[in-house]
Amino acid sequence: MQTLNAMHSKKPDKIPMKNINETVYVTSGADAAAAASNTLRADVKSLSFWYGENRALSSVSMPVWDRKITALIGPSGCGKSTLLRSFNRMHDLYPGNRYDGEIRLYPEDRNLIEMDPGLVRLRVGMVFQKPNPFPKSIFENVAAGLRVRGIHRRAVLDERVEKSLKDAALWNEVKDRMHDSAYSLSGGQQQRLCIARALAPQPDLLLLDEPTSALDPIATAKIEDLLTGLRQSVTVIIVTHNMQQAARISDLTGYMHMGELIEYGDTGELFTNPREKRTSDYITGRFG
Amino acid sequence: MTNAASVVIEVQHNRSFGGASEKFLRRRAMQAAIARCILFAAAAASVLVTVGIVYVLVTESASFFSHVSIRDFLTDTQWTPVFENARFGVMTLVSATLTVAGIALAFAVPAGMALAIYLSEYARPGIRETVKPFLELLEGVPTVVYGFFAVLFVTPLLQIFLPELSGFNLLAPGLVMGIMILPYTASVSEDAMRAVPMGLREAGYALGYSRFRVAAQVVIPAALSGITAAFILGMSRAVGETMVVAVAAGQNPNFGFDPMEGAATITAYIVQMAMGDLPHGSIAYQSVFGAGIVLFVITLIFNVLGFYMRRRFREVY
Ligand SMILES: Nc1ncnc2c1ncn2[C@@H]1O[C@H](COP(=O)(O)OP(=O)(O)OP(=O)(O)O)[C@@H](O)[C@H]1O
Ligand SMILES: [Mg+2]
Repeated sequence: MQTLNAMHSKKPDKIPMKNINETVYVTSGADAAAAASNTLRADVKSLSFWYGENRALSSVSMPVWDRKITALIGPSGCGKSTLLRSFNRMHDLYPGNRYDGEIRLYPEDRNLIEMDPGLVRLRVGMVFQKPNPFPKSIFENVAAGLRVRGIHRRAVLDERVEKSLKDAALWNEVKDRMHDSAYSLSGGQQQRLCIARALAPQPDLLLLDEPTSALDPIATAKIEDLLTGLRQSVTVIIVTHNMQQAARISDLTGYMHMGELIEYGDTGELFTNPREKRTSDYITGRFG
Repeated sequence: MTNAASVVIEVQHNRSFGGASEKFLRRRAMQAAIARCILFAAAAASVLVTVGIVYVLVTESASFFSHVSIRDFLTDTQWTPVFENARFGVMTLVSATLTVAGIALAFAVPAGMALAIYLSEYARPGIRETVKPFLELLEGVPTVVYGFFAVLFVTPLLQIFLPELSGFNLLAPGLVMGIMILPYTASVSEDAMRAVPMGLREAGYALGYSRFRVAAQVVIPAALSGITAAFILGMSRAVGETMVVAVAAGQNPNFGFDPMEGAATITAYIVQMAMGDLPHGSIAYQSVFGAGIVLFVITLIFNVLGFYMRRRFREVY
């Protein structure tokens, strides 16, 4: 496995070589120097996770690069959501769950598994599969994350809410009805509202769990556009069942299978040249 | 096993012998018809009883209102039906009724909310499973027990802090009634809060909310119409409640909203008159129905309001 990187040189990328456990890290050795200029936003180190007795993650290791979009793909039940929800300690809301291993958060280099979950969630935003706006006005939904961080000045709120709605490509549709209920929006608009709500506090890391699976192609395209527009400013991890989507928008892709990260690396490489048979089976199976 | 087998055999038996099969089917049809008749009779009886009650209420109060003008009934502030110069200002009774119900609500809303939030958002499942049946048990305590609790325990206790409190007053029965409706309002509010989808809570936590902030900013607004319905229905129960006020609030019709003094509520007046032997057809006798119809209208308004709120809260998500 460690030798695989030498075989591929046709498409240099910026991902440094890294190899722990079983995961195949798709890299291009030719560009190791460029890789050094990349900064880590987080680094998963031998993370295992249990729902009660039921092990859902087996020793996953994976770097998360700053201001890149990382996609997680894999068959249903393979642990994508479990891994994603470890980044903001969502599992801590339910009794009986257990982590083992580390997720180091940079730049301060702390293990977020041992931090206070509330503190972690102040830095890591999340968008869920099903749009879940609060029963409040459109404005208050986006302002919610600012208020909990102690921002109450009207001018600041107005400005940040507007910017987030623009980033989420929703501003033009809602600017004249900011004080209407969020439930008056369509499903696709509600999901973009949830993205704006997550963006407003400027999280270090944004997690998205199948954010477009409940949406039609037009709403999906809008959200994909806004995510690619964000890639320069925000670090994103997105779980998706749609492989074209992963290929279109992500810089890096991880393929998971039965709680393990089978292969992880540059998206173009992984889709055109998967190293692992299981990865290629999954990808080709889907593409027909 | 044997049962199933014998049924199969019986069915086959019936099939293979045409006459027996028809008899079997006829018997079944007969049984179904009888069952339907009995159920229909039971349903019709309960509807008829309700209609009958409303009919009596309306006709008896109609003859009451032929003696007393509705204007006097609603604006006079004296209620003296057995005096020589009888006056029928029902607001005297309504004021006491609303004061008691208001005190009950002023206690039950904060306490019920606190309990519901605790059970729905904080308590471990084990605690919730213990407390909920206990609350339902409290709902079954006979109300006369609450009445004596108010007059023999709560009033003397309050008099330590409020020496000017009368022996019969509205404060003690109001508080006790608050305790009485608390289990109902807390458990219905808790149901409404637990019906809020987990995804909505997760959205709050993911944004960095504390548990309390999730409860206050996410769960309560989302369950608000259900919670309001719980308290409106609790209020309607407090307005219609009889024993606590009959025992602890006294039977003096006083117009006013002073919780320190005793005053007869609508229900206390009705039970007082019903226990005395008033001559049938006398105006004092008919005044019971006049007061009754006011009570009926007030609780009807609360129930319709509560019903409407409950329906609305189902539609939110
Ligand atoms: N709350 C839970 N309790 C127990 N087991 C769970 C729980 N949630 C998930 N699991 C199990 O953990 C494994 C991983 O689930 P996970 O939700 O992470 O899968 P996924 O890759 O996101 O699947 P999908 O694509 O269907 O969303 C599955 O086997 C699932 O059955
Ligand atoms: Mg999932």
